[in-house]
Amino acid sequence: MPDPLVKIRNLHIEGRSDESWSPIINGVDLDLNKGEVLGLIGESGAGKSTIGLAAMGFTRDGVRISDGTVEFDGIDMVNASAAKKRALLGKRIAYVAQSAAASFNPAHRLIDQHTEGPVQHGVASRAQSQEDGIELYRKLRLPNPDQIGFRYPHQVSGGQLQRAMTAMAMSCRPDLIIFDEPTTALDVTTQIEVLAAIREIVEEFDTAAIYITHDLAVVAQMADKIKVLLRGDEVEEADTRTMLSSPKEDYTKSLWAVRSFERPEKPPAEPDAVPVVSVKGVTAAYGKVDVLHDVSFDIHAGRTVAVVGESGSGKSTAARCITGLLPPREGHVEFEGEAMPLDYKARSKEQLRQVQMIYQMADTALNPRKTIAQIIGRPVEFYMGLKGSALRDRVDQLLDQIELDPAQFRNRLPSELSGGQKQRIGIARALAAEPRFIICDEVTSALDQLVAEGILRLLARLQDELGLSYMFITHDLATVRAISDEVVVMKDGKVVDRGPKTEMFRPPHHAYTDLLLSSVPEMDPDWLDNLLAERGVDNIGDAAVDKM
Amino acid sequence: MNSILRIILQRLGLGLLTLFVVSIVIFVAVNLLPGDFAELILGQGATPETVATIRRDLGLDQPLVLRYFDWLRGMLTLDLGTSFSQLNRVSNLGGGSDTTTVVEQIAPRLSNTLFLAAVTASIAVPFSITLGVLAALYRNTAFDRSANIFTLSSISSPEFFMAYVLILFLAVLNPILPSLSNIYQGMPFWERVEKSLLPALTLTLVVTAHMMRMTRAAIINLLASPYIEMARLKGLSPMRVIVKHALPNALAPIINVIALNLAYLITGVVVVEVVFVYPGIGQLFVDSVKIRDIPVVQACCLIFAAAYILLNLTADILSILSNPRLRHPK
Repeated sequence: MPDPLVKIRNLHIEGRSDESWSPIINGVDLDLNKGEVLGLIGESGAGKSTIGLAAMGFTRDGVRISDGTVEFDGIDMVNASAAKKRALLGKRIAYVAQSAAASFNPAHRLIDQHTEGPVQHGVASRAQSQEDGIELYRKLRLPNPDQIGFRYPHQVSGGQLQRAMTAMAMSCRPDLIIFDEPTTALDVTTQIEVLAAIREIVEEFDTAAIYITHDLAVVAQMADKIKVLLRGDEVEEADTRTMLSSPKEDYTKSLWAVRSFERPEKPPAEPDAVPVVSVKGVTAAYGKVDVLHDVSFDIHAGRTVAVVGESGSGKSTAARCITGLLPPREGHVEFEGEAMPLDYKARSKEQLRQVQMIYQMADTALNPRKTIAQIIGRPVEFYMGLKGSALRDRVDQLLDQIELDPAQFRNRLPSELSGGQKQRIGIARALAAEPRFIICDEVTSALDQLVAEGILRLLARLQDELGLSYMFITHDLATVRAISDEVVVMKDGKVVDRGPKTEMFRPPHHAYTDLLLSSVPEMDPDWLDNLLAERGVDNIGDAAVDKM
Repeated sequence: MNSILRIILQRLGLGLLTLFVVSIVIFVAVNLLPGDFAELILGQGATPETVATIRRDLGLDQPLVLRYFDWLRGMLTLDLGTSFSQLNRVSNLGGGSDTTTVVEQIAPRLSNTLFLAAVTASIAVPFSITLGVLAALYRNTAFDRSANIFTLSSISSPEFFMAYVLILFLAVLNPILPSLSNIYQGMPFWERVEKSLLPALTLTLVVTAHMMRMTRAAIINLLASPYIEMARLKGLSPMRVIVKHALPNALAPIINVIALNLAYLITGVVVVEVVFVYPGIGQLFVDSVKIRDIPVVQACCLIFAAAYILLNLTADILSILSNPRLRHPK
């Protein structure tokens, strides 16, 4: 048995918070052989990226390796000099970052960034490397491979950039590539293309890889073996099939079980019932460009309508039209059968009260300088006119409703809460207005799966107790399956398909719905192979979308 | 490209508007100055009649609004009027009809000032950007700290003090450069450069701190961004990461600070001019204020304002052009 390519023993990493060092990684071991793909999974804060970077001998500012060894091909990466490490980075070990849009330098063309590594490391001349880059772009099935490299990053879409970054990582034919959540920021249909491209090229050049992700279904497609991390500790490691079929540890099992939450579907509303919110033929534009075209759908009392679609499909714009933030150019929005003024400024306080919003980024949606009681109390005071002890009682009641202890949380600032707790405060703020209708805009997409599930359960419970109606904007079909009663599918600002959830998830589908559904990775290691075989190589992801 | 052109035209229009507003402010402010040219020039012999005569001759008896538009029309046709002081000399000495116009008086001084500014800028800008890049590269080291201390103490000391220190070391103790910068028209180019080198060095010391510190801060600001991390993970040398990957994205704030400092070189160098007896526009301006030579004062003010506006406009346009999103639209 030859020595492994990467050998990490008893790795301890610390991060500086204020003046002291606190542990991030507590003694992790890792072995990776040549040509092998290891999946690192865990929730945010588990230390996945930190380990990935440590395998390159790299730590971010304010982070240090305090103990343990990292060997790459027998070279001690912890104690190697900066110059020695630089000679390896990019040449023998490469990195693919989460957001290609942020990790490509906006000031240089793609091909210039691609050739920089090989030229600086003396692996190839500029001309050779450029030619090779174009060849890699072709292999990764980028459109127009001869020219795309001569564009600037902002002129290329996210999925294409991610593939260009994979090509860049390949430019020196490294022995090891660290993929740090390379598809997390992408739409499902784009994700498939990138996954297929990455896997193909890693196999072709027999590159070893560490694939970091929080998405189990993705890692199932990519990795030969999987290591599960929890707050800097290894939970367990096994080859992919064993790990999926028979995880040993409870934590792993709980991760696997998250996708099982699904609430029973309610019977359809009475045919003559007046919908709570009715969007009627709305066309809306930013500037002169129409972004919504004749969009209509109804949301009935006590129901959840999931609006799904890829980024740029007009989901959030539709929400802005309903709230009146973006007055539609044509059409209107009815609330309980009555047309509301198009512009929120013309709406009465009562009309404003009935429609509330919960946002994707709880971080930016809460005023960082106000206490929780002030944040929740503001709409109580504004809409309900409560003051003094009545106001305080109502805030406590709302905190109880979102399952946070009032005594403990009342006087905290948002910065003292976790992501899931912040999102709960966002929910309480919406509830404070006692609305009948709440728009949830990607409320779980920034959260880890376990936390997200808690939020979904909370929203479902509140709906049952208070008879709320939700418009649930999401691009995640697992979430749709978990919470919705009806589904509206949007693409390019149009509604392409709609119906009750069970119908939508049962064939036959509209072609685009089918594409979306089949693009959601499943926890089956053969899923991607089967899908690619089914769709044919030239008809995956983006390419399939373009054909519609 | 169209969008850039539109932005540039828009900025140009705004610049002209600003200049117009400034011209009103200048005119009103100068005319609110206490003291009157006629009274000042006549001194003890000022009788109401003689004052009135001189005022009539100079058009000072006309209403303010009328005089403003008169002046504005002159400005637009580059006819800046006739200098009061020259008028006075001509009438006193009984000279011929060839009175000196404001243009004739300002033009050589302005060109001297622009020359000094150009010499200074060609030393100061490369020097401070290099220093800033090095300070960012070796941040928090002894080099970084000493560069900061050096530039900060030179900006904090009075200009005349820095000037005398330089004279002491470069002209008196080691007579390398001339301490007097009495340049004249028709002087050969390199001699002019040599003569203006000491004031240029003094001014360099004054303007370096801003530019160097902005360069350093703008670069360091970017070092946490993902594309810099990517560049480092590609195994590039620290120098290359900063010069090739950080600097091009840090240009906008640096350009703006450079523009402000260049504007200062044109409008604010009176003290240095006095120390080195350099015949620049700053001295002319101060002298004209002293004797209430209104046409010259107004013209100088307007030139200073125009210099500020023009340089800021150029900086704006350059920082727009430094953004690849605007240079290469989708």
